[in-house]
Amino acid sequence: MEKEILEHGLNFNRRRFLSRLSLGLGSAALGSLLIPDLFKSSGAEEDGFTPGIPHFAPKAKRVIYLFQNGAPSQQELFDYKPKLREMMGQEMPPSIRGKQRLTNMTANQKEFPLVGSFVNFKQYGESRAWVSDLFPYTAKIVDDLCIVKSMFTEAINHDPALTFLQTGSQQGNRPSMGSWLSYGLGNENKNLPNFTVLLSRGIGNGQGVYSKLWSNGFLDSIHQGVQFSKGEDPVLYLRDPEGMDRQDRRDMLDNLAQLNDLSYQEFGDPEIAAKVKQYEMAYRMQTAVPEVMDLSKEPDDIIKLYGPDCLVPGTFAANCLLARKLSENGVRFVQLYHQGWDQHGNLPFEIAKQAKDVDQASAALVTDLKQRGLLDETLVIWGGEFGRTSYTQGKLTKDNYGRDHHPRCFTIWMAGGGIKPGMVYGETDEMGYNIVSNPVHVHDFQATVLNQLGLNHEKLVFKHLGRRYRLTDVSGKVVHDIIA
Amino acid sequence: MKNLLYLLPIVVGIGWFLPSCTTDMSNRVAYNGDGSGHMPDKVSYNFDIRPILSDKCLACHGPDAAKREAGLRLDMAESAYKALKEHPRAHALVPGKPEISEVFLRITTPDTSEMMPPPSSNLKLSAHQIKLIEKWIKQGAAYEKHWAFVPPKKPALPSVKQTDWPKNEIDYFILQKQEQAGVTPNEQADKERLLKRLSLDLTGLPPSLSLMDSFLADKSPNAYEKVVDQLFKNPAYGEKMALHWLDLARYADSHGYQDDGYRTQWPWRDWVIHAFNKNMPYNEFVSWQLAGDLMPNRDGGPSSKEQLLATAFNRNHKITEEGGVIPEEYRTMYVTDRTDLLGKGLLGVTIECAHCHDHKYDPFSQKEYYQLFAFFNNVKEVGMESVIGGPDTYAKKPMNEISNEDIKNILSFVNKRDTNRLIVSVMGDLDTTRKTFVLKRGAYDAPGEEVQPGTPKAILPFDDSYPKNRLGLAKWLFDKKNPLTARVYVNLLWQEFFGKGIVKTSGDFGMQGELPSHPALLDWLAVDFMEHGWNIRRLVKQMVTSATYRQSAKITTEKLAADPDNTLLARGPRYRIHAEFIKDLVLCSSGLLNPTIGGPSVKPYQPAGLWEGATSGRGLLSMYVQDHGPNLYRRGMYTLIKRTVPPPALAIFDASNRDLCEVKRLRTNTPLQALVMLNDPTVLEASRVLAARLLQEQSGVTDKIGKAFRLIVSRKPSEQETTLLTAYYEKELKKITPDRAKKTLAVGEYPTPDRIDKTKLAALMRVVTTIYNLEETITKS
Repeated sequence: MEKEILEHGLNFNRRRFLSRLSLGLGSAALGSLLIPDLFKSSGAEEDGFTPGIPHFAPKAKRVIYLFQNGAPSQQELFDYKPKLREMMGQEMPPSIRGKQRLTNMTANQKEFPLVGSFVNFKQYGESRAWVSDLFPYTAKIVDDLCIVKSMFTEAINHDPALTFLQTGSQQGNRPSMGSWLSYGLGNENKNLPNFTVLLSRGIGNGQGVYSKLWSNGFLDSIHQGVQFSKGEDPVLYLRDPEGMDRQDRRDMLDNLAQLNDLSYQEFGDPEIAAKVKQYEMAYRMQTAVPEVMDLSKEPDDIIKLYGPDCLVPGTFAANCLLARKLSENGVRFVQLYHQGWDQHGNLPFEIAKQAKDVDQASAALVTDLKQRGLLDETLVIWGGEFGRTSYTQGKLTKDNYGRDHHPRCFTIWMAGGGIKPGMVYGETDEMGYNIVSNPVHVHDFQATVLNQLGLNHEKLVFKHLGRRYRLTDVSGKVVHDIIA
Repeated sequence: MKNLLYLLPIVVGIGWFLPSCTTDMSNRVAYNGDGSGHMPDKVSYNFDIRPILSDKCLACHGPDAAKREAGLRLDMAESAYKALKEHPRAHALVPGKPEISEVFLRITTPDTSEMMPPPSSNLKLSAHQIKLIEKWIKQGAAYEKHWAFVPPKKPALPSVKQTDWPKNEIDYFILQKQEQAGVTPNEQADKERLLKRLSLDLTGLPPSLSLMDSFLADKSPNAYEKVVDQLFKNPAYGEKMALHWLDLARYADSHGYQDDGYRTQWPWRDWVIHAFNKNMPYNEFVSWQLAGDLMPNRDGGPSSKEQLLATAFNRNHKITEEGGVIPEEYRTMYVTDRTDLLGKGLLGVTIECAHCHDHKYDPFSQKEYYQLFAFFNNVKEVGMESVIGGPDTYAKKPMNEISNEDIKNILSFVNKRDTNRLIVSVMGDLDTTRKTFVLKRGAYDAPGEEVQPGTPKAILPFDDSYPKNRLGLAKWLFDKKNPLTARVYVNLLWQEFFGKGIVKTSGDFGMQGELPSHPALLDWLAVDFMEHGWNIRRLVKQMVTSATYRQSAKITTEKLAADPDNTLLARGPRYRIHAEFIKDLVLCSSGLLNPTIGGPSVKPYQPAGLWEGATSGRGLLSMYVQDHGPNLYRRGMYTLIKRTVPPPALAIFDASNRDLCEVKRLRTNTPLQALVMLNDPTVLEASRVLAARLLQEQSGVTDKIGKAFRLIVSRKPSEQETTLLTAYYEKELKKITPDRAKKTLAVGEYPTPDRIDKTKLAALMRVVTTIYNLEETITKS
């Protein structure tokens, strides 16, 4: 019966196809059930681009983005600045700061005393990359990482900066990076959402996250990030109600399909056939999602690799392990957010805890993907929305200080997905305030990510309200130096 | 199935077009698709050429002076005919002579260094587009003013052959185009379906059983008109109409941004419902919202409390409570938001594109953007008034305090239910004028030239006799010569009732927007609307009483082939209803609906942990404390909207997140929607409550199922449907054990009567849930 409906729908759609000129739709995209309204071409695609088909052969197939929400301090993690210790307490030279605007939290501060990191750094691996003692596990995998010390952004506050990194615009209402990739590449697994979001929180000063960060903007809502949460309903409304088993559900859906078919016979509206399809997809998701969420079958060595927290649902470690499983199952974009990196004050204490939350599991994820042979085709990204100041916010005491938001430089790392391993890219000045070589703008970073997935950021375009939109807005250059 | 799918790309495209012999707007059905193989006898600038130029050329050869290449501007005749700056002997366009027109030479050259558009732009002209341009130049390369910037004139009613079909003026325009295309309208929808469509469209609620019965029994020729009038009197009309306005006005119950604290703008929402219910004329409705604070009241005294409350419209935007921000950056964003809303929501133009530079396609300069901006730049506000906190932060200055005395007297429609202080953010200007500057690149800290309040000349120059403030702006907006205001609102309402606008891009009537499918109808409606005092209810009545609206939504194979998108409206509208109305339908049909109008927004069932998982941990909205009792059963539009975590069941059905002005919702069909309908406690509880109600009645199973079907789908089930559902009931009845029945019933807080047979109840509940999940249930068809 369902088949009849589908075929009927297809007959209709074929006629509809005849009525449209652009017929570039490839079979890969057509085979996908997760693009429900495939036939309802929005007309907004650019000539020569078919949603679901990359522009050129991709290096990476999937992305896992470990977003460190709140902006981790680069001075305490990757960007080693011994000079800051030497100059401890000295006023930041105005010539270095230049015309950098300040947030309202430090704009009225009378003095800007420089502050060196409380933590020590060492060099690791063949790449001799500097990593702080807060990241012992990350230190061990530096030869798999490309550490970019020269990221910079335009925003100085969390909301616009986060939104900028995720959507290419500070204002929001545009598709998130994951939505663009879902739109651009289609899906590999028809039983799972293509773009999933996992949230966790450390004890540090928290900043909210917002669903606009994983919004589909003007793209079809099938490209929206679907939040997977801890608990019994990992996807909203996924679980059947109490008292209903799988057979009950099947019976109800079969009935429903027959009734909808009657309606289809009467109205001939292809939306009805599409609806039946969506119910079937929902039914499959009800099995597929809990399966993928179930970490109980992971072997001990994996649990050990990610650390004991990975068995506590909702932790960053559990989310990293889950991210691997989702990615392994073909989910195109897995977006993690770990909150709590906003150390305006009390930094030494808070950042140590934050680092401990994420260090082992972040490294484990890279190692785990590598041992499965998946790292080559999976791009892992680690980083926040901006950096932090080289001077203290608030009072500098012997063992305590804070750092304010700083847009001019921050550090992220990438691994796998055709990015050069064992590389440190870009450099900041000795005070860690300005970039002195190889600056990477947020749009450059986004262009590079898209490039690794086989998409030309200038051609991944969607026309909405008369304007062509890109993830990289109107700028962005692929950073070829860091591509393997 | 897969195999079938694989076959599709092989099929060769065949252009689909409607025969059309003239370029007169009134006689054309516009299609923006550039692929059509149709070559008109007379090429029209507005319909054939402008879309090409706009889309492919004007980004570099258009209104934006800063980005203009080679000094060449192609959107205006005089500059396009002039000698080229860089080659004074050549001309971009030589009317009549494509062979010496540089435009034609450059779009046909194989030389990539000469080729236009340049390959680096990733833009390309199709062979058909090139032919159109060639023919247009041959025919004289005549320019026309963009249709939307020419004030509408009321056209004569077109003549039609099938003269007994039209019921009102709308139908003449619709039928004429159908006849030109050789299609005929559908027959009228059956009475049950028609009543459901009408009831959903006018009240957002399904018809009651008694209304269905009386309408079916009424055999008088004006039975339909009578029921239209009856539904207009239902106060739910104001709620239904308010919804599109709440989207447009980005109304929400939180401040947005980082901490996303609670706010109390809901009295404004109550006012909107009230205004629609008393059928406030559109010009007054909007003028109050734009400038109520500047209006003297009827006695010449200061503006009334109600007028002031209406101005909350322009304070519904997001307001930051993040400690570290630079206040001026955010204040500038608020003014920008108001300016952009005026453009998109009220004028239907993407004026926002001129925020950082001259508009790339439409004739709006950046300076003109900031002249509009100036109207909204004088508000007594700061960018960051307070960080997230207690009741004093629920509104930001300038604010209006609504006392219990106010409620008793003038603001009786505000549903204030306690004695707490109630404050609303409203408009109010400074005593002195804050200077406005062009902001270079749109940056708040890069002021350029100072500007005075003014309006885009291409739309309508600002009349010097108007005051140079928002009051003057409102007068300008409703100046009969303003070419956009009436068209844009008529189109928005058309979209509400017919599913898509006459101009499909309801927020963009500019050059990059779609052309109207029925331009003459749009103009007729717009002028008629103005001539009749901007009377909204009258306009709605015209639409819903037209023969066009009353058609059956059935899709025949022929019509599908001829017109898959139903551009010709040769069948009735068939669309999934808005998120909020899905909830309303579920509550109303089960008898659970609490019909209270207005008041503070409510917190019904919501999956646990959503707010908690995304919060900064500060403020009233950091934890979701669910309501109980009657608040669980309020209409969907009263669900509290926390901007950073909008209500999930509504968001999944494409409700607006209310971040910015929104005039057109997406209408998607996803697996997550299926999960909501199958598993949301709201639906399950309603199923249980309705099943319990039915079980308590003295009737057979078939009757019970039939009644549930009528209440939910608004029609009697067919025999087949009854058979299927009854068999399903019997099967479930046999299968469900008492223990599983008990579990099944344990959903929602509404009590189940003790003496009901729990197994029967559980079985019937499943039947009801199945009916809620029918595609037809949440579709107006």
